[in-house]
Amino acid sequence: MADRSGTPLLKIRGLKIEGRSDETWTQIVNGVDLDLNRGEVLGLIGESGAGKSTIGLAAMGFTRDGCRISGGSVEFDGIDLVGASLAKKRSLLGKRIAYVAQSAAASFNPAHKIIDQHTEAPVQHDVDNRANSQKDAMELYHKLRLPNPDEIGFRYPHQVSGGQLQRAMTAMAMSCRPDLIIFDEPTTALDVTTQIEVLAAIRDIVEQFDTAAIYITHDLAVVAQMADKIKVLLKGNEVEEAETRKMLTEPKEQYTKSLWAVRSFQRDEKPAPAKDATPVISVEGVDGAYGPVQVLWDVSFDIHESHTVAVVGESGSGKSTTARVITGLLPPMKGVIKLDGKALPLDYRRRSKDQLRQIQMIYQMADTALNPRKTIGEIIGRPVEFYMGLKGRARRTRVEELLDQIELDPKTYIDRLPSELSGGQKQRIGIARALAAEPKFIICDEVTSALDQLVAEGILKLLARLQDELKLSYMFITHDLATVRAIADEVVVMKDGRVVEAGPKGEMFSPPHHPYTDLLLSSVPEMDPDWLSNLLSERGTDNIGDAALEKMDGQ
Amino acid sequence: MLTFVIEILVAVAAFGMLARSATQTNWRDSSMGNAIGFGLAFLILAYLCYVYFGVRGQFVRWLIQGVVIAGIAGFIFKKIGEFVGTEGSRKIFRSMPVTAAFGILTILIYAFVAIFANVLAPYGEEQIFEGVFNTLPGGDPATGGDPRFPLGTDQLGRDLLSRLIYGARNTVGIAFITTCLTFLLGATFGFLAAILGGWFDQIVSRIVDALMAIPQLIFALLLMTAATTIALNMAADGPVRFLGFIEVEGRTLVTIFMVIIIAVLDSTRVFRLSRAVGQNIVVMDYIEAAKLRGERLSYLVFKEILPNAYAPLLAEFGLRFCFVFLTIAALSFLGIGIQPPLADWGTMVRDLSQFINFAAFSPLAAALPLLAAGAIALLTIAVNFVVDWMLHRSSGLKE
Repeated sequence: MADRSGTPLLKIRGLKIEGRSDETWTQIVNGVDLDLNRGEVLGLIGESGAGKSTIGLAAMGFTRDGCRISGGSVEFDGIDLVGASLAKKRSLLGKRIAYVAQSAAASFNPAHKIIDQHTEAPVQHDVDNRANSQKDAMELYHKLRLPNPDEIGFRYPHQVSGGQLQRAMTAMAMSCRPDLIIFDEPTTALDVTTQIEVLAAIRDIVEQFDTAAIYITHDLAVVAQMADKIKVLLKGNEVEEAETRKMLTEPKEQYTKSLWAVRSFQRDEKPAPAKDATPVISVEGVDGAYGPVQVLWDVSFDIHESHTVAVVGESGSGKSTTARVITGLLPPMKGVIKLDGKALPLDYRRRSKDQLRQIQMIYQMADTALNPRKTIGEIIGRPVEFYMGLKGRARRTRVEELLDQIELDPKTYIDRLPSELSGGQKQRIGIARALAAEPKFIICDEVTSALDQLVAEGILKLLARLQDELKLSYMFITHDLATVRAIADEVVVMKDGRVVEAGPKGEMFSPPHHPYTDLLLSSVPEMDPDWLSNLLSERGTDNIGDAALEKMDGQ
Repeated sequence: MLTFVIEILVAVAAFGMLARSATQTNWRDSSMGNAIGFGLAFLILAYLCYVYFGVRGQFVRWLIQGVVIAGIAGFIFKKIGEFVGTEGSRKIFRSMPVTAAFGILTILIYAFVAIFANVLAPYGEEQIFEGVFNTLPGGDPATGGDPRFPLGTDQLGRDLLSRLIYGARNTVGIAFITTCLTFLLGATFGFLAAILGGWFDQIVSRIVDALMAIPQLIFALLLMTAATTIALNMAADGPVRFLGFIEVEGRTLVTIFMVIIIAVLDSTRVFRLSRAVGQNIVVMDYIEAAKLRGERLSYLVFKEILPNAYAPLLAEFGLRFCFVFLTIAALSFLGIGIQPPLADWGTMVRDLSQFINFAAFSPLAAALPLLAAGAIALLTIAVNFVVDWMLHRSSGLKE
């Protein structure tokens, strides 16, 4: 290996990739150069559609269906991957170049045990025999701090948690000790407490084996922990590339600066509501269950006019279930939901049209929240017609007003289908549909977690402006504490179906914390590249993420 | 003989390997099996050419000519579609394979013939000509034809061309009505089962399971036998009132019963599909949003679910139409479907089936039953071409 130290491991020159849509080939990557030395980690960042994943795949000489490499070269260790035959590529992929996908849960074959999938590559590539690679797998699981490393591989993918699966996939990528691993958003789908463990594990193992890696993500704080150097992409063009520290402290380009500034949006906390004020929504002593399984225990909190209450917690903590109880989709076993001080019927089917109108919801996935076969005008127009009884011209005028409110040009968008909009625009339509009912209270269920940070910031600003204009109350469900910091007035922390802490934002973000709140706060990556190292040296590997959580349960 | 087979296989393998190594980019990455497949295809093509220019094999010649003509017709139709019509329709035609274009063209022709049957047909459906029975197709007296009847006549002396044209109206028309009824039943119950769930879903699904457990054609035969007896008894003393407003004769009543029986039996398949499709749609957030808005069931089914289920349902409609159509033809062939003297392709195949024995001596005579059979086959193939294409489009595959 040492004799090649002068030349980079991966050399991409003028890479152009085209994608086919609407009968024509359009260029989606316009000539990107990239150099990666052995043992180096390169972070690729940019918003969706920037071509991050496409470049990541092209580094393996692969393109998705409907894409083609139209120019440039990809050289891996002196081998030209663009012109290489399938047989040649097959001998490299999995053995010397490995790939870790965004969703391990979707990428593992559910019909085979994890370890069988792990040993497949070494056996196929004649790296090692089955028995040895099994032993090696257990060692890797140990290194990645998976629980029961000797046993976990013999489970099926659905029997282990998402974070563990992501680590098992990293172990699988390591199975042939490749020279290059491509991580395609490996932690995007995970909770913060899980993410931090995976990050620590990936970083550790990449260092131990001196593997080169391309780390693709849209989370700047994450890439700051992982990468030696960072390349920023925008719409298939390179914006700039620099060493991590240099990039964070003194970005050159305007676009990079705007990315860096995203997390600075913060709203002032509103004064606490008067003691005797009637809350818009109050949840009182709610116990909820799915069939025989109880998931909520004695959940209570109030939401006042023009206030935003952020409900925080990891997946499975009961945040969304609470929202379902409030909307009446899941009638609780016990407890009351009050709107303006008056108890609501627990089942949404028994609520009046006006009661239904007052509580609206904005969903996490705008893709599934908007009917793909209806135009924007129809989607927003339906609640206008249904609740307000407006028809024809009046209805159209109102829809145009609403589109103006969410900062989309009515003429351009009113006749489009959801598929013709970007993710952020779709989410805006979701907001407009909620506004069309002229509600008092809106539940925002992870509305920004599927969006890029720049777009998410725009949505948060819009929601804040609408709240001021229309005196709306929000229940803001999220697991992203940066979002909480930006928009919330009060915070409710949930864990295992219980409220563990609640109070104004200012109090929540300053110690002393409940241990769980503390864990959540400490798990949010910061832009400081030393953050993860500091945290690890401060707390030790067993006191972060899920490991710490398990200890907490044990107490 | 064995050595001959081995020689051919070796030749195919060698051809495949040669082709694989000779071409640079596209074939290089193709597997050996792929290359051998191309080799085999080439071999079959060569064999067809040999037969085509040989002495015997009149049917193969007809088949090849038919396929070539169909291909050209499809291609021309596609080209016309690319230049005529709105921007949207032109775009659809540009992305359409020739097979689908041929399928659409064929369906259009069938529809045209069925609608204008009484204008297009030279003679009446039931018109019998004295003394000209069993005329062969071709219209040449030297080969047993008659210029008045280009496709010949049947054993009673009825013009086959006219019967074929009227048959399009009867067979295709009845099949179309049956399929529509099938979908009305199946999709309505399927969507309701998906959205209501619970006991409604359980009851309907178990009834459907029970119906599907019995072999369909045998069940249809059984029910038709009973229905025929009932219908003829009901109409024994002349026309009866059906559903209180139309006067029908006994044999029409049999046809109506047949439509209902096939529709109910076939709707079980549609039920399963629309329930599965519906279940995928009802879990979407936009359905939840509509429910929370307080929308009624009919709005949910027709305005929210149905538009999203069009693609799979339309494809299923095509397939289901073929099955219904074949079931009717099969029942008619067995003598309990569409009742004579109404022209029907299934009945025509049965009536003329004896002529298939003459294939070795006179291809023209054997062609008599094949005309109606060919009409059935052509429509089935055409619909399947279109359905394949629609499924491909709705699945979002590019190539």
